[in-house]
Amino acid sequence: MPRIPLAEWVQRIVEWMADHLAGLFDAISLIIATVVDFISWLFLLPHPFLFIVILGIIAYFAGRMSLAIFSMVGFLLIYNLGYWTQTMDSLALVITSGLISIIIGVPLGILIAYRPTARKIIVPILDFMQTMPAFVYLLPAVTFFSLGVVPGVIASVIFSIPPTIRLTQLGIQQVPEALVEAANAFGSTSFQKLFKVQLPLAMPTLMAGVNQTIMLSLSMVVIASMIGAQGIGAEVYRAVTQLQIGKGFEAGLVVVILAIVLDRLSQNIFKTKAR
Amino acid sequence: MTILEVKDVSKLFGPNAEQGVSLLNQGYTKQQLAKDKHITVGVNRVNMEIREGEIFVIMGLSGSGKSTLVRMLNRLIEPTSGQILVHGKDIMKMNKEQLRQVRRKTISMVFQSFALFPHRTVLENVEYGLEIQKVNKLERKEKALKSLELVGLKGWGDKMPNELSGGMQQRVGLARALANDPEVLLMDEAFSALDPLIRRDMQDELLELQDKMKRTIVFITHDLDEALRIGDRVALMKDGSVVQIGTPEEIMIHPANRFVEKFVEDVDLSKVLTAAHVMRRPETITLDRGPRVALGLMRDIGISNLFVINRSKQLLGVITAEDASNALKNNQTLQDILITDGPRVTPERLIGELFEITSSSKVPLAVVDENERLLGVIVRGAVLGALAGEIDLKEVNQPHA
Repeated sequence: MPRIPLAEWVQRIVEWMADHLAGLFDAISLIIATVVDFISWLFLLPHPFLFIVILGIIAYFAGRMSLAIFSMVGFLLIYNLGYWTQTMDSLALVITSGLISIIIGVPLGILIAYRPTARKIIVPILDFMQTMPAFVYLLPAVTFFSLGVVPGVIASVIFSIPPTIRLTQLGIQQVPEALVEAANAFGSTSFQKLFKVQLPLAMPTLMAGVNQTIMLSLSMVVIASMIGAQGIGAEVYRAVTQLQIGKGFEAGLVVVILAIVLDRLSQNIFKTKAR
Repeated sequence: MTILEVKDVSKLFGPNAEQGVSLLNQGYTKQQLAKDKHITVGVNRVNMEIREGEIFVIMGLSGSGKSTLVRMLNRLIEPTSGQILVHGKDIMKMNKEQLRQVRRKTISMVFQSFALFPHRTVLENVEYGLEIQKVNKLERKEKALKSLELVGLKGWGDKMPNELSGGMQQRVGLARALANDPEVLLMDEAFSALDPLIRRDMQDELLELQDKMKRTIVFITHDLDEALRIGDRVALMKDGSVVQIGTPEEIMIHPANRFVEKFVEDVDLSKVLTAAHVMRRPETITLDRGPRVALGLMRDIGISNLFVINRSKQLLGVITAEDASNALKNNQTLQDILITDGPRVTPERLIGELFEITSSSKVPLAVVDENERLLGVIVRGAVLGALAGEIDLKEVNQPHA
């Protein structure tokens, strides 16, 4: 039995896309790069101390005093250790991919909540995206978007978008049938039903998905650094390749602080809004 | 006038549901369809006309198809066949937009589970129907507040639904339905989730509201007492078919078949029969006669009281034989011995409420209409007799005649 030339096929498809869709990829690349640059420029604009105070205020209003104190102490430590710029770069990468995940993921989640056919197509793709090792799609990402932060964002989005899609779908399907019926009985259009009843009620579940997405994309910063994305991931990667145990620990600790603050913030910002 | 007409409406579930309808017409039974064709009959060729301003109760046990039927009235469930006419227009032929307009303007719904939106305040819930019609903020708030006041929830607008008791939540449900100013109110087991005392209060309030606002109400219930209490007319459903449609009296007194008979057997008659059912023809006299005539009249008929009326038959009071004979001795007129504060009731009063009045009064109970005209008399014993089944059914046939 001859071997199926799967590798060749994939190679050829990727090459064909790189040749023929270059314009599209360039446009996407430009947009993403602009967004990332803008966000990291914004974060680096105020003096780190001012940034830390603002962060503390946000954390205080979003949650508890303890979160505010932890965020401020944590970021002071990051500043003290000298990883400020790298941290802001990584934060920009995470936030950009989080935004893209929400912009694409929420509508897709709504779509598969409504349309069983779409669900049958999209859910297996999500499974595929989540289980395929991330390194594997770093390569085509580099082929399409060259080195740097953009393929990092793309890889992060692919890796981290599934929870947003799945939990948006779940949240919408969990809205009690009686409430959907009531919305229909009063003569709501589909849009009114979606925006006034289903989405608001799906919000807690949906936000749990967004929180998961942010955590997953943070876990991608180290991998993204392998294809040239600057940031704290690059520090970790360098420390590992140069066997600098102490530096590796420092950079790793920064990732942990970033993770805890992002996690608690993204959970709590929503809770206060939901009353 | 008919506002809502249901013509031959069926709902079948399963493969080839449409074919099932023609099989039903050919005489297949529900059981045969289920067994041979795997088709479940939810609602079986139902016909009914709902008149403007009445409370039409659809009553049946669970699984009788009543909830499916009511959801077909606004097409929340698509009928398999048949016509549903609102003001003569078939809603089955309407497109989405026309149907939406009917749901927004003509038919509102109140749900068993209340179905309040938990993320909106009470006021925002009530505003919902107007909000989706894009009524401006000020106007819809004004209408919603008025609607809340109507159901007795003034000042509760800023609460969240889960801060309210069940009874209050359902009032919000009612206010939300009323805010749209609909002609027809569909109430799907609206009070079934409430405990009995609160349910009773809500029924009273609904009747009171109905007096003020005169909507057409289609009320679904599985509780016969509730049906008979609030319904102007009642449709009894069994296994997806309507078994009988009629006024509560008609159903009680002339059950269409064994099923209805068994059903109404246990009903508390005191909550169904009214003063009109047990009243007798009154013996009367006018005020210009003397005590001697009155005494003679009472002696002839063998009674101890006479009602005194004027020429337009309005009740002035009552005299007793004892007083009349004293008056004769003392040379008094009927005016002098007239008892004017005797008890009076309207013919619609339930006889359950008459016990206390008859037992605490010396003179018989007068039944009068809204113009104080004397219609009949209820003597002590008649109420008990009626409850014991001693009522002449033929006479009751036309209770308000």
